[in-house]
Amino acid sequence: MFKIVKKDVLNPTITRLVVDAPFVAKKAQPGQFIILRTTAEGERLPFTIAGSDPEKGTVTIIYQVVGASTLELNQFEEGDCLADFVGPLGKPSELEGLKHVAIVGGGAGCAIAYPLAYKLHELGADVCSVAGFRSKDLVILEEEFDAASKKFIKMSDDGTWGEQGFVTAGLEKEILARQGTDEQFDEVIAIGPIIMMKNIALLTKKYGIKTVVSMNPIMIDGTGMCGCCRVMVGGKMKFACVDGPDFDGWEVDFDSASERNTMYRSWERTKYEEGCNLLKEGK
Amino acid sequence: MAFNMRATKNPMPTQAPEVRRHNFDEVAIGYTEEMAIDEAKRCMQCKNPGCVPGCPVHINIPAFIAEVAEGRFEEAYQIITQSSSLPAVCGRVCPQESQCEKNCIRAKMPVREKNPETGKMEVKGMGEAVGIGRLERFVADYHRTHAAPTTPEIKKNGHKVAVIGSGPSGLACAYDLAKEGYEVTIFEALHVAGGVLMYGIPEFRLPKAIVQTEVEGLKRMGVKILTDVVVGRSVTIDELMSEYGFEACFVGSGAGLPRFPGIPGENAKGVYSANEFLTRVNLMKAYQSSSATPIQHAKNVVVVGGGNVAMDALRTPLRLGAEHVTCVYRRGREELPARKEEIEHAEEEGVVFDLLTNPIEVIEDRSGSPSPRAADFNPNYGAVKAIKVQKQKLGEPDASGRRKPVPVSPEEDPNAIYEIPCDCFIVAIGTSPNPLIKQTTPGIETNPHGCLIVNEETNETTKDGVFAGGDAVTGAATVILAMGAGRKGAKYIDEYIKNKA
Repeated sequence: MFKIVKKDVLNPTITRLVVDAPFVAKKAQPGQFIILRTTAEGERLPFTIAGSDPEKGTVTIIYQVVGASTLELNQFEEGDCLADFVGPLGKPSELEGLKHVAIVGGGAGCAIAYPLAYKLHELGADVCSVAGFRSKDLVILEEEFDAASKKFIKMSDDGTWGEQGFVTAGLEKEILARQGTDEQFDEVIAIGPIIMMKNIALLTKKYGIKTVVSMNPIMIDGTGMCGCCRVMVGGKMKFACVDGPDFDGWEVDFDSASERNTMYRSWERTKYEEGCNLLKEGK
Repeated sequence: MAFNMRATKNPMPTQAPEVRRHNFDEVAIGYTEEMAIDEAKRCMQCKNPGCVPGCPVHINIPAFIAEVAEGRFEEAYQIITQSSSLPAVCGRVCPQESQCEKNCIRAKMPVREKNPETGKMEVKGMGEAVGIGRLERFVADYHRTHAAPTTPEIKKNGHKVAVIGSGPSGLACAYDLAKEGYEVTIFEALHVAGGVLMYGIPEFRLPKAIVQTEVEGLKRMGVKILTDVVVGRSVTIDELMSEYGFEACFVGSGAGLPRFPGIPGENAKGVYSANEFLTRVNLMKAYQSSSATPIQHAKNVVVVGGGNVAMDALRTPLRLGAEHVTCVYRRGREELPARKEEIEHAEEEGVVFDLLTNPIEVIEDRSGSPSPRAADFNPNYGAVKAIKVQKQKLGEPDASGRRKPVPVSPEEDPNAIYEIPCDCFIVAIGTSPNPLIKQTTPGIETNPHGCLIVNEETNETTKDGVFAGGDAVTGAATVILAMGAGRKGAKYIDEYIKNKA
């Protein structure tokens, strides 16, 4: 059993959990993920590692309530135990040697982007973070990003936080500002909704800046066994759980990935509504 | 004792096909005590039995059957467990017809019948082998339902061995090592022990409660089972041997990496690897409506492949409510690698075999709009709607000795290429060993297929103190072969540690 040692509500739909998992904490690297089950009947849920403390033996995850299983997870409080918590899974992000990096996060994707910004900052890289949210009241990790970035570009859809517009606009402006200087980005790392990652990759291809994206497909085992998380990268089939989750953004077939993520949409909606109704009835 | 000279086996009582195709209960019901005794009396107690060498773990078959014939079922069980740690499992899933029963003398005795016209006795084919597998299953089930669980007293020898993977090879290896007094820890990546017995083989062929009974038995012998540990990621083999004090490792990590045919459209929604489909249903219990894990309840299913996994992938959707389930296989009926019994069961349940065909394209539904907000929203946008297949003919034998399928061209046959409508396509064309151990363990070598290279005599890998067996070494094979490899690994780990001491 894996105890929840801390729970913070970051915004109305995004929550941070710190879980006691010493073996995972000892090995966890930015870019890797874990799989948890709330109870012995639960679904296997993959979450990217948002932070870890090998000394305290804890691992942090940040999740957004999007379906029945995350709704159920959200009922767990500090002191409660999760049935399973396995990892770290996937390959760590390759961060060594990067000098000028743009970290682009969209919505809940910022939770996954942040540990990369932090690690790069720690490695002495020049980190420019570009974070985008729909609106000011959904912003998470503002102070953390600020502390880990040499430059922090804030974007919101409605203009209530930073500049109005998408992260692509914020990133393009910065790319142009750096053109011809010795601070040109050597890599862009983009994590967020598939459509955002697709548009970032299209943009950076125009400017010839290598781009890494973190894919978040439907998964079951997370160890290479089911092939459910397959992603087409440069025309080749890759399994996000063992070959990723980071891939070359220019090569990923985002349209296919986006479609595959809708496989169980109607089922998920029904389960989510059932879950909401149970909560309303106070069961 | 008088032998029972009837030429035929006692048939296995089963649920009727029209009933069982709608439920996940076990298909075979098992012999009664009377049937078991009657069947056991068909064994002629050969002095040089052919059955024993046919068994990969060399169970003393005539001896256990002799006990059954006398009604001493628990004694029979004790004889089996001297050689096999998983009799209830093997009695169900072993391909007995190509192993022990293949060599049974009763299958080599001609059956003679009187020709009513000539009045002379004539040979009417051969008899049937003794139902060794059915008897093994009966004995194991009798023990499980009659004998109280025991906790054997084993003197520990103070040596620690790590077993990676809790499938058939790992369980068998752990069992033999624990019997010898080793402190055995099994590391399992999933949340439950059993490996392919839990995620792969369906409930209706191998009830999961039976697997867990066997696992509990191991725990009572003192074997520690740590689930949720992915060796290679959570901890490496080098760390197990240096930091955690394990003197040897047995790698039984199986062949879990699914292969795909590499045809257009194979990433469409509704296209599954058999591993994914079966894992959702078996491990995650998606067949129960209360399950937190979703599974598609398709109407028309096509499965490509002809092995036992394909048979499981065909029969499972039927039980989830499918109306039409079709097996597409590129060779003919004679070449189907699945067990005959599984093929027959699938056919009885309504599976259609479209043999000598090969899928060449997954046709996707691209009508309407994928956007839920659009007026012409199509929730099936991007989902499979048909499989395009091409007829095959058999050419010259290939490296495996089987005749190689060759596509029939549309010039030869205008109907050579056609479509089978479906809303779900399951790929059961094989799996490869998981690459994680190889990637994370310096010194471990694999062949070009990703299979771990071992010394064939000892099952030791190219790394000192690390042994391996089962599908991780052979590629996808059978439960009993994996068990045999696990036992061999245990024997040589014992030798390795004793030689070092």
